[in-house]
Amino acid sequence: MPDTLTAPASLATTAPTPSADLPQWFAERATTAWTTFDSLPIPGIKDEHWRYSNAKRLDPAAFHRATPAPESAEAEAVASSIGLSDTAARLIFVNDQLVQSDTHALPEGVICETLTDALIKHPEVVQQHFMQREAALGSAKFAALHLAHVQAGIVVIVPKNVVVENPIEVFHWVATENAAIFPHTLIVAGDNASVTVVDHYRTLGEIPAFSCAVADFVAQPGGRITYAHCQELGNAATALHLSSTSAHRDSQIKSFQVQLGAAFSRSESISDLLGQGSRSDMISISLPTASQVVDQRTLQHHAAPHTGSDLLYKNALYDTSRTIFAGLITVDEGAHFTDAYQTCRNLINSEEAEANSMPGLEINADQVKCSHGSTSSPVSDEELFYLKARGINDHDSRKLIVQGFLEDTLSRLDHEPLRHLIEQRIESKLASIA
Amino acid sequence: MSLVIENLTAQIPDRQILNGLNLTINPGEVHAIMGPNGSGKSTLSKVLSGHSDYEVTAGTVTLDGQNILDLEVDARARTGLFLAFQYPHEIPGVSNANFLRAALKARLPEGEDIDAVAFYKQLYTRMDQLEMDRSFTGRSVNEGFSGGEKKRNEILQLMMLEPKYAILDETDSGLDIDALKVVARGVNAMRSESRGFLLITHYQRLLDYIQPDIVHVLMDGQIVLTGGKDLALKLEEKGYDWVKDEVLATA
Ligand SMILES: Nc1ncnc2c1ncn2[C@@H]1O[C@H](COP(=O)(O)OP(=O)(O)OP(=O)(O)O)[C@@H](O)[C@H]1O
Ligand SMILES: [Mg+2]
Repeated sequence: MPDTLTAPASLATTAPTPSADLPQWFAERATTAWTTFDSLPIPGIKDEHWRYSNAKRLDPAAFHRATPAPESAEAEAVASSIGLSDTAARLIFVNDQLVQSDTHALPEGVICETLTDALIKHPEVVQQHFMQREAALGSAKFAALHLAHVQAGIVVIVPKNVVVENPIEVFHWVATENAAIFPHTLIVAGDNASVTVVDHYRTLGEIPAFSCAVADFVAQPGGRITYAHCQELGNAATALHLSSTSAHRDSQIKSFQVQLGAAFSRSESISDLLGQGSRSDMISISLPTASQVVDQRTLQHHAAPHTGSDLLYKNALYDTSRTIFAGLITVDEGAHFTDAYQTCRNLINSEEAEANSMPGLEINADQVKCSHGSTSSPVSDEELFYLKARGINDHDSRKLIVQGFLEDTLSRLDHEPLRHLIEQRIESKLASIA
Repeated sequence: MSLVIENLTAQIPDRQILNGLNLTINPGEVHAIMGPNGSGKSTLSKVLSGHSDYEVTAGTVTLDGQNILDLEVDARARTGLFLAFQYPHEIPGVSNANFLRAALKARLPEGEDIDAVAFYKQLYTRMDQLEMDRSFTGRSVNEGFSGGEKKRNEILQLMMLEPKYAILDETDSGLDIDALKVVARGVNAMRSESRGFLLITHYQRLLDYIQPDIVHVLMDGQIVLTGGKDLALKLEEKGYDWVKDEVLATA
């Protein structure tokens, strides 16, 4: 039976058509973003934000915008979306389509909607916070691409003084070869409100695919946000995660990223400490194997006095994998009494693996406590010998050492079930390592 | 059924350290090895454990009839050989309890796991015997432990893993007198007809608490003298020069 199959148009040539139901400001921003995307070149290797990396790996021409997946694929994704047992809300997207949503356990007044629903129901709040931070770490082009195409993902708005105990959990699946998804996460915690959100990014099978995600966190005075994202796309996929944090007075934002999948994953994480007494923790774990590349760029920006940021990135590298870490701390004039720490540690499990670290500091205030450091070291022979001398085989000894290496990242995740879940995901990747 | 070391010769790249060492430890026996600094005592224990710094160039080691020199480090340990290290290594981020569970699990058939309740019961019993605080179960292996705490932790592992042959490399050094008594009590509790011990020490003091059956003197990578308990006393009194003269006289 002849089926007319035309190859889907590539992302590079598909101008988006925002739905007529969406607010005008949004449609305009999407259209402008498309122009911006189109006008910006793919960053070259000379671009300082792409040192040791290669933006060609994100070439939009290789992908098309995801269209709804067959029902069987959706069902398979839903069945495989095993995460936390107790959640305040749980949403599953497949190819950027919401296929399952359970929000009944949310406390009253908490908004947790898909981006499109939120744009229609709560246009003002969304407009106030949606993608307000410039993508300053190299991916302006891809941020524009996201804005032009975004429709999936969630908006969470927690009113003043409301504490959402259980996490909100979101799964984003790509089910089609060469498809691109644009998951969005916007979290706004009101004054003294508190919320935990976890995003899972996955592919159905080992297909080439592109997840182009943006996540923005806004904590109003005294607000608390814990965010985790667990990137487990298939090993042929490409991942981009751009996040920004706006921490107002006395607020606390903790973000964890766990990079396990994708051939190439790039994250750009910006923390703006805008209000006195605010604090941001930025924690990351990656376990690249085979020829995986994990590319991480960070900015800790202290704009107010008495602010604290603490970054801890840990990578355990195997095979011929590579990691790139470039971190910058900037302390603005007047942001006195700042504490800013930045640590990147690499545990090298293979002679052919390569870790690049580029830490940086820019301080324009007084009474500042800042430190940055990066280390790369192979697994210690003496540690290995000690474990083996107790009868533990080479594989399990190495596994224990890597788990031990990651311990002080996970221990900072104080939500026990979420920590367990992440430990399990790490465990399942470790189990696959020969 | 014994740990039999015959003509053991081992080297680091530019230097031979063990020079044809012979020693047989039968189950139920406690042997002590004394010897000057740098004579090769720790090297002997590490060579037996399979440390990759050392190359065995001659000799054999059998454990209850099985040649262990061809086995990997972990496999040797699983045959029932245990080494309490002179300088126990720190393993950041790995809790003592998880480490011991992994070590016990390694001794079970593939796919089987240990019973967590029974494990903790046994662990706490042993820790109580060694007067170790419960907080040590959750702390990273040896990390931030004092010298004496590290040694106790080695004995805890010995007690949990119940090896057939245990080598204790200077477990007494770094222990205060009370700790020494506690550790000795732990070791004595593990003495049995089916278990052999090799105590490496510089001090007669340890041997007051753990009475050896046989005492050896190791010099220049060889056992040069063997005797009873009283040999240790004589060494303490007369030093190793006396041994040199003795050996020369009988040579
Ligand atoms: N891995 C090594 N690399 C270099 N030299 C070594 C190594 N292991 C042992 N040696 C050397 O071999 C000799 C014997 O060392 P060993 O540690 O076995 O002595 P020991 O009898 O245990 O001494 P001590 O009583 O001081 O503990 C020493 O001279 C030591 O420096
Ligand atoms: Mg020694």
